[in-house]
Amino acid sequence: MRIITIDGLNAEVEVDGIRRKARLDLLPNAKVGDYVLIHAGMAIALVDEEEAQQTLSLFREYLK
Amino acid sequence: MRLSDEFRDESLVQQVASRLRTYEGISATIMEVCGTHTMSAARFGISSLLPDGITLISGPGCPVCVTDQRDIDAFLAIGQSADIILCTFGDMVRVPGSYTSLEKLRAEGADVRVVYSPTDAVNIAVGNPSKKVTFFGVGFETTAPATAVAIRTAREADLHNFYVYSCHKTMPPALRALLASGETAVSGLLLPGHVSTIIGTRAYEFIPQEFGMPCAVAGFEPLDMLLGIEAILSQIVEENPRVENTYRRAVKEQPNEHARELIEDVFVAADCAWRGIGVIPGSGLEIAPKYWAFDAKKRFSELVGSANPVSNSSCRCGDVLRGAIRPNECALFGRACTPLTPVGPCMVSSEGACAAAYKYGGPPTKNAR
Ligand code: SF4
Repeated sequence: MRIITIDGLNAEVEVDGIRRKARLDLLPNAKVGDYVLIHAGMAIALVDEEEAQQTLSLFREYLK
Repeated sequence: MRLSDEFRDESLVQQVASRLRTYEGISATIMEVCGTHTMSAARFGISSLLPDGITLISGPGCPVCVTDQRDIDAFLAIGQSADIILCTFGDMVRVPGSYTSLEKLRAEGADVRVVYSPTDAVNIAVGNPSKKVTFFGVGFETTAPATAVAIRTAREADLHNFYVYSCHKTMPPALRALLASGETAVSGLLLPGHVSTIIGTRAYEFIPQEFGMPCAVAGFEPLDMLLGIEAILSQIVEENPRVENTYRRAVKEQPNEHARELIEDVFVAADCAWRGIGVIPGSGLEIAPKYWAFDAKKRFSELVGSANPVSNSSCRCGDVLRGAIRPNECALFGRACTPLTPVGPCMVSSEGACAAAYKYGGPPTKNAR
């Protein structure tokens, strides 16, 4: 889910137009626009888009 | 396109699967430790994509399923207290206790509320000052920090009507216990992606080092799971067991320090009973003494102590959770036990192996083991 707003350690996150509240206690440095994994109302991990694209392109490369 | 969609890309999945099918090593059973993997594997038909001789089996990673019957009965017993509101994650509502369930208590008029996060339960306590609000803290390292935040929030707000019954558990001691028992004949472990975001891949080094067991941390999309399985198979072929991280976009080697600080502040490690496995040393998270004012086990000690669990001997959830059998090897599976009439928690929870096997057809009964 993508972070839409941040107010202290409280954030609003969104995916496919669905919005939810999430706490940022575990990711206090997260920024608006970051992708995060949410579990039980907590952002538990940042999703590193670069790392993801790298994995995917490795694949495409290898499978060519 | 969403990132997760790319990891579901059908043609990519098929291509990786055909590459995987060139595997010519020994037959192997791989345990998917996490309940979310169990559900994902069933939903995306991962088993059917694997090479001949490679099978998946579920492990102890469904938090609701591994909750001991005594803990479920104790939480239900707290419901007898006057002016009580029981708060739980939705998966627990229909889990049968020895004598009743949260669903039945609710039908009888008890105030049982499903919450999405532990903080929701704190808010219910704020809004209902004349009620005692008790949250059933079930979950692994992924969920425990959220409960810790809830307890700290309750203390900061000086709440005197919020309690937690902690059944939180930690994964590494359970894996150690399973591997040490030697009962489960697995050749590799597919490690839980979400738990690993909290504890880091370092926490699993003992698996290859002490047990010579191949393993890989994997995400939950089909491509993620195939990558993890492929990593395990190459470790088997190379006879070089190690901890491989195939979920790099979310999981690091180091633990999340904020989570560790929260867990160490609010909880203390304690011996803990797991359904089907028994007491595992140091695998539970009990509320630390400085937060005992919020500990439901202390506040309702008499009711908690009155729990007198009787086991349903024909439900084989315990065997399923150890990877000793597959769901459809239980005589009740799909007969007396269905999602509408669940006999055990593995048929109730959305992460339960029996529920996954029932919903998606599951692997054949007679397997290559
Ligand atoms: S099918 Fe039902 S009775 Fe059998 S192990 Fe699973 S939950 Fe228990």
